[in-house]
Amino acid sequence: MSESLRVRVWRGTGDGEYRAYEVPRHASQTVLDVVTHIQRALDPTLAYRFACRVGMCGSCAMTVNGVARWTCRTHVDKAVKGNQLEIGPLRNLPVIRDLVTDMREFFDKWAKARGKFEGGRTRGDDLARVSPDSEDRKLIEAGIECIGCGVCYSACDVVAWNPDYLGPAALNRAWTLVKDERDTAGLERLRAVAGDAGCHACHSHMSCTERCPKGIAPTASIAGLKRAVGRAALRGEL
Amino acid sequence: MKRDANAARQETLLWIAQRASAAVLAVCVLVHLATLIYAVRGGLSAAEILARTHGSTLWLGFYSLFVLAVAVHAPIGLRTVLAEWIGWRGTWRDAFLLGFAMLIAGMGLRAVTAVFA
Repeated sequence: MSESLRVRVWRGTGDGEYRAYEVPRHASQTVLDVVTHIQRALDPTLAYRFACRVGMCGSCAMTVNGVARWTCRTHVDKAVKGNQLEIGPLRNLPVIRDLVTDMREFFDKWAKARGKFEGGRTRGDDLARVSPDSEDRKLIEAGIECIGCGVCYSACDVVAWNPDYLGPAALNRAWTLVKDERDTAGLERLRAVAGDAGCHACHSHMSCTERCPKGIAPTASIAGLKRAVGRAALRGEL
Repeated sequence: MKRDANAARQETLLWIAQRASAAVLAVCVLVHLATLIYAVRGGLSAAEILARTHGSTLWLGFYSLFVLAVAVHAPIGLRTVLAEWIGWRGTWRDAFLLGFAMLIAGMGLRAVTAVFA
């Protein structure tokens, strides 16, 4: 292990540039530790975003040596090339400044995909009983742990080619609701996720599945949506 | 909202048509290649091939299906390529692709009739 890291960090907005910093290297150092060192010891004007530092909040995702990663849970050892690190903002999102992206478009698409649970019960009704062993509940289980970090969205080529595409996270969220037996938005949600901006635009490149830090497979969720929407269309319900 | 629903239905049906035609093509291509390899293993002239294919309703049906599957499959795929690579969407693109589909079907079926009928 060399004594120091040569770190290039994106500075500015869309027309910014990479600036070089020398950062001491430590055992078990995370990429977020590196960014924090730069901001605290070398250049206090550096803008970046983080909160929990333990992989729960989804705010610290950045592009590290070309790969979208959650930086708080990425050890330098895993991402470094020799002693070089290049840290930039997430791809496919507008850059506000330095490493901070504007996530509005990402979350607006969750709303467009009808990512909000819509129930039919009131507080006067009995609780719904959903068996943990049911097939639908197991499918929900596989997709439910999304932390909304935007890594999948940043890694997705279809988002880059088709700016209207809802993206892996929003579609994965819609899938967990389609499989939720308590949800009442059914066909409305299937309509929202169909078509050129929805699940049918996915090319199954699987970059989202490869990169998701939580081990979710949005590609599988999107394939499920394609089947569900296809069945509804063939039945004439869509 | 109604327009959205129509668009959703149309896109979904196109997607189904492309997957279904792909399934047909997978079989057609295999049969085509296997027949090709089997038929020419000893060397065959064009005249000999034509002598075998003329009047064969089975091969007429098979290659007509092959051509129609291509005419459905290729334009739908090209539709996505045009949208994603050069940003061409909308009615004019779809009209162009309908013409392209008819061109493929017309040329293909003309060739099929020439060989089999």
